[in-house]
Amino acid sequence: MDDLVIAGRKFGSRLIMGTGGAANLAVLERALVASGTALTTVAMRRLDAGGGPGVLALLERLGIEALPNTAGCHTAAEAVLTARLAREALETDLVKLEVVADDRTLLPDPIELLDAAEQLVDDGFTVLPYTNDDPVLAQKLADAGCAAVMPLGSPIGTGLGIRNPHNIEMIVAAASVPVVLDAGIGTASEAAQAMELGCDAVLLATAVTRASDPEAMATAMRLAVESGRLARGAGRIPRRYWAHASSPAVD
Amino acid sequence: MNVLVNGDVTEVGPGATLADVLAARGVPERGVAVAVAGEVVPRAAWRSTTLRDGSVVEVLTAVQGG
Repeated sequence: MDDLVIAGRKFGSRLIMGTGGAANLAVLERALVASGTALTTVAMRRLDAGGGPGVLALLERLGIEALPNTAGCHTAAEAVLTARLAREALETDLVKLEVVADDRTLLPDPIELLDAAEQLVDDGFTVLPYTNDDPVLAQKLADAGCAAVMPLGSPIGTGLGIRNPHNIEMIVAAASVPVVLDAGIGTASEAAQAMELGCDAVLLATAVTRASDPEAMATAMRLAVESGRLARGAGRIPRRYWAHASSPAVD
Repeated sequence: MNVLVNGDVTEVGPGATLADVLAARGVPERGVAVAVAGEVVPRAAWRSTTLRDGSVVEVLTAVQGG
């Protein structure tokens, strides 16, 4: 499959993984390897907090680039500080920008998100914002200089799939930067659907890490993203109202 | 004097630098980032950053998430 290119950087997989929710690092490692991912998110937390520092070493050993996120931030100021700390700790200018409005929906706060995106772009970051499935906001984020836009399919961790495929198609149609379907994917067919809608990549975590068999689901997701990408490029047939025989007429 | 490191009250000598406090806590050189009073302090400035009584120090690292 052709590389995913974000801000001039090439990634050999169109499946971006998250690391949250895995039972332990051994399970996570098998899932990441099976997924074929080249880019994987991590969160920033206090050094002595739970969760362990082993995930960075794991990604380094597997040759997977770390994508720090600003999960847990509710304001632009919090997100900007977290991004700066991540840049210092991980020596990367990549950031998955997350600014959520509340902890029940975890939906992005569009006002704070755009504000944070503008500040981080000005500060030299390569900003990948987790955003609503709103074509207008996605366009504003791209105009602000974000390197990609990452609309949700449905709220984080719900596994409800892509609730508004038409909005995702509109975001793709207008996009001047790569579109990454981020959040809400529950199973492989939904990852394939994202790619068929024209997304450049899929970002998921929970669907794999909380599956009964994370390694098998990671394999399924890898194949689904590849299938969806191929199908998108292959050009699907138009939908017809009436049947159209695929065998020759009887003589 | 006392400083707050990741929420823990920590007693340090007068004139203590950020590097002193981090070393006493066993903070590794790589894979972490430090903020004092809400501003990132780059690794290169840890030795030259002196703390005051009541300084708020946050030490972060990457964990599973997202």
